[in-house]
Amino acid sequence: MKVRSALIVAFSIAVASPAFADARSEARSQVEFGINVAQRGLWREAIYRWEKAVELDPTYAAAYNDLGIAYEHEGMLDKARKAYEKALELDPNNGQIRQNYELFKEINDRTSPEKGS
Amino acid sequence: MTARARKKDRKLALAAVSAVVAAVAIGCGTSYYEIPIETPIQPKMDVSPFQRVLVAGFVAGGNDDVDANQETVRLLRSQLRTKSQLKVIDADLLPLMEVAADPGGGAADSGPSPDNNAQSPTVAPAATGTMSLPKQIKEEKDLEPYERLFANTAYWKRIGEEFQNPLIVTGTVLFSPHTRSGYVQRDQEMYDSFGRRIVRPVRMYMERKGFILRPKFIFIDGRTGATMYSESYREEILYNAQQNTPALSSYFELMDRLVPNFLSTLSSQKIKGTRVLLK
Repeated sequence: MKVRSALIVAFSIAVASPAFADARSEARSQVEFGINVAQRGLWREAIYRWEKAVELDPTYAAAYNDLGIAYEHEGMLDKARKAYEKALELDPNNGQIRQNYELFKEINDRTSPEKGS
Repeated sequence: MTARARKKDRKLALAAVSAVVAAVAIGCGTSYYEIPIETPIQPKMDVSPFQRVLVAGFVAGGNDDVDANQETVRLLRSQLRTKSQLKVIDADLLPLMEVAADPGGGAADSGPSPDNNAQSPTVAPAATGTMSLPKQIKEEKDLEPYERLFANTAYWKRIGEEFQNPLIVTGTVLFSPHTRSGYVQRDQEMYDSFGRRIVRPVRMYMERKGFILRPKFIFIDGRTGATMYSESYREEILYNAQQNTPALSSYFELMDRLVPNFLSTLSSQKIKGTRVLLK
């Protein structure tokens, strides 16, 4: 019974791995393309690419990080916060993501008054 | 094994480790790219109904060396002139403390003189009633009795009419001296035995003195006299107790930190920064 279960698990991994690898690889090329266009100032196109990347691979922390930056640049601050938080949730020890998030929060805190009405 | 053979083995091991590290680095794709960004901040208030702004004056106190009312009005007017679309009205400051102290109205000269020539409006702070106001403003609680002045819509509506319904900026400013002592971390520069400069964090006990700036900006609709928005801030600066920094320069240093926030209430701003894109 144990052997059978192990075989099923092994078979599932064997079948799923190439599919996962394909998704990650496709997501990766979307992220790279996004970086390329963002560096040329085409932030809308970059958003489209990075949104596609996280759709393909919802565990891709770097894609969420890049998406956070692009949303921030476009003034979509709620979306930016969510994207950064998702990136940190997926990769909590990544110092660069944390630094981006801290800088984003600093701007938000600075522009929010202590008490407004 | 000879020494030569051991040396060769070590070299081989080192090369192998380097190759593995390089392979991992390439495989993991640890590339990152710094990119400059500009975060647009939308204004907190809709000022589209206004073409003009009147920085009317502030109820201020806390320090005798700085006239926080006059300095704040000057600074905000000059910032608004260069960094907002609104036309700034030049007028004498409203004597808000006198207006607030007037128990029932006879504030015949309480209005400002727009553009230096027009006659002062006769504006009565009807709703202020009789109230005891502190002779000097030294701390936050001294400002509380003045809150009623800002809620006096009849008064502000009259001021608004006088200046063709501008957006009115007023509020309170408390700029007070402050001392604090305790341990602080400082970077200390030193040189090692090779004469190389190194910087080390050192904890030391220090007596420090400085100032706290607590402004509250109130934005009033000159058409109705009603408060549209208000915001409070607190900034402090501390120096070494031996350092003698003029109060006025500390005031400007603290206001400098707040001005972008003030401006972002009225107009959209772009904040420049750098972020790291990851692959």
